[in-house]
Amino acid sequence: MTLFYLFAAVAVIASLLVIAQRNPIYSVLLLIASFGALSGLYVMLDAPFVAVTQIIVYAGAIMVLFLFVVMLLHAPAEETEHDERVHPLRRPGPMWFGAVLAAALVVELLWALTRAGGGTGAFPAAEVISVRAIGQALFTDYAFQFEVTSILILVAMVGAVILAKREAAKP
Amino acid sequence: MPAITPLLIAQLVIIVVVFHALLLAAAAMVWVERRLAAALQQRLGPIRVGWQGLLQPFADVIKLMFKEELRPKAADAILFALAPIISAACAFAAFAVVPFGAKTTFFGLLDEPMKLQVADVNVAVLVIFGIASMSVYGIVLAGWSSNSKYSLIGGLRSSAQMISYELSYGMALVAVLILGNSLSLTEIVNGQAGYWFGFIPKWFIVLQPLGFLIYMTAGIAETNRAPFDFPEAEQELVAGYHTEYSSMSFAMFFLAEYINMVTVSAVATDLFLGGWHGPFLPESLGWIWFLIKVGALLFFYVWMRWTLPRYRYDQLMAFGWKVLLPASVLNLLATAAGVLYFGL
Amino acid sequence: MPTLNDYLILSAILFAIGTAGVFVRRNLITILLSIEIMLNAVNLSFVAFGRSLGTADGQIIVFFVMTVAAAEAAVGLAIVIGLFRHRESLNPDTFTSLKW
Repeated sequence: MTLFYLFAAVAVIASLLVIAQRNPIYSVLLLIASFGALSGLYVMLDAPFVAVTQIIVYAGAIMVLFLFVVMLLHAPAEETEHDERVHPLRRPGPMWFGAVLAAALVVELLWALTRAGGGTGAFPAAEVISVRAIGQALFTDYAFQFEVTSILILVAMVGAVILAKREAAKP
Repeated sequence: MPAITPLLIAQLVIIVVVFHALLLAAAAMVWVERRLAAALQQRLGPIRVGWQGLLQPFADVIKLMFKEELRPKAADAILFALAPIISAACAFAAFAVVPFGAKTTFFGLLDEPMKLQVADVNVAVLVIFGIASMSVYGIVLAGWSSNSKYSLIGGLRSSAQMISYELSYGMALVAVLILGNSLSLTEIVNGQAGYWFGFIPKWFIVLQPLGFLIYMTAGIAETNRAPFDFPEAEQELVAGYHTEYSSMSFAMFFLAEYINMVTVSAVATDLFLGGWHGPFLPESLGWIWFLIKVGALLFFYVWMRWTLPRYRYDQLMAFGWKVLLPASVLNLLATAAGVLYFGL
Repeated sequence: MPTLNDYLILSAILFAIGTAGVFVRRNLITILLSIEIMLNAVNLSFVAFGRSLGTADGQIIVFFVMTVAAAEAAVGLAIVIGLFRHRESLNPDTFTSLKW
């Protein structure tokens, strides 16, 4: 149980720091720390494959992509506008409304989850679902979704290359 | 407090032994590299410090420890300090799931046999792959935080190279997983015991020669060694991502590079060369065979460095994407077809 | 032992943090990072529910969510690069006019 609280605390604190940091590089690194904590939680949920995939895909590939973009755009020194230094709930316009909405979301979700009668309770004693079982389900029951996802990745790759291409130099 | 059993003590001892063995391996690699480079270039190399120059690595470490620890004023202090830590930590962590010997009871000291592996997870192959992905961060953060042109270019190029070659690395691994039928390294090694026709060992390199070549090539590119070491080449980019580092931080990067080499060789031994299985020795001394095979692969690494010229960066990336990746995918398809047809 | 409720509460908190990030931050990259936080919170819920039902379905859906998140991050960052090249700023408030 203490392990759960440890991982949960790291995940929550790292995520809070991600949205509070001014420097985007620190945000990315803190998000990687949050992913590491989530990976630990997946291991506690008897899902080692998802835990390792989270590290390989999310922390190891997607965040590297973010880091590259931040470095190539030289975006570390974010201009400190007046708005950024004021507490979110006191900023003008949509930001104030957004912060209030996010707070309302937390309250609402916590209320819904702590009501008695919901789908709560301890986990049934089950063994670790092996990678073999996941693979078999993925390639038989969910084969169509798998193929569609691969086409999605292809489309995203082609789209990203085209969108980020520089315009050809005019003669 | 967990009970202090002989098993617990044995596990702690293994952790300490593996850690120090890796450090010693890095030191030995320094010596091997310099002597072997000298032999390949028909000169002598370090022979004065200790017998045959064996104390040279220790002399180097002591010299590095006494150097001044510099940090450029415009460098980002936290990231500058964090980058070598990430590199070294990932290098050590990857070796934690590599088994290097059969189950042994240490001459009867333990009640039941224990695997010679620091942590036995049943997704060991994926863990190695994941930690290899994380070691990109050490390099890219080193390049960025130094706040210097050469470091940034070196860091970005190096990390782009690493993530490109990770794909072929993974595909070559997957082909072996099809043959080995498990994600756990111990089981893959145990699937390579025995002989065909009495004398050809059942190693996966016999079934997967192309996979082995792809794996070693991708491994050399992953560890930023020649001929893929453009990002840290002294002649091209000053020193790439570790230009601004000195003293122990530089030693950390050096250490990380050598230990990554050892890990790649150790995993290649487990996956392709049969791990600790070998003739003439009983199973409990299998780790000697493991060391011999890893040593052979490391010799091959050093030999490559001092024989082949360096790839230019665009040639390197073209090779990774246009040659190695299709080759690894074809290898995977052929392996899958072979397993289906021959029922291996 | 943590119950299903504990995981769901954690997932709700993370999701709300992500939502707050999307609304409050004025930097395109941090907004994309907050979206990733939200997706991860949802992944945690899926795995927790999959575990409590004892099937592999939770993990398989997580697999697809991760893939879609990767594709979305790639395309989103490409768009950010394109926008940055045009206006030299990562603040979404500078992209208020429809004229390019």
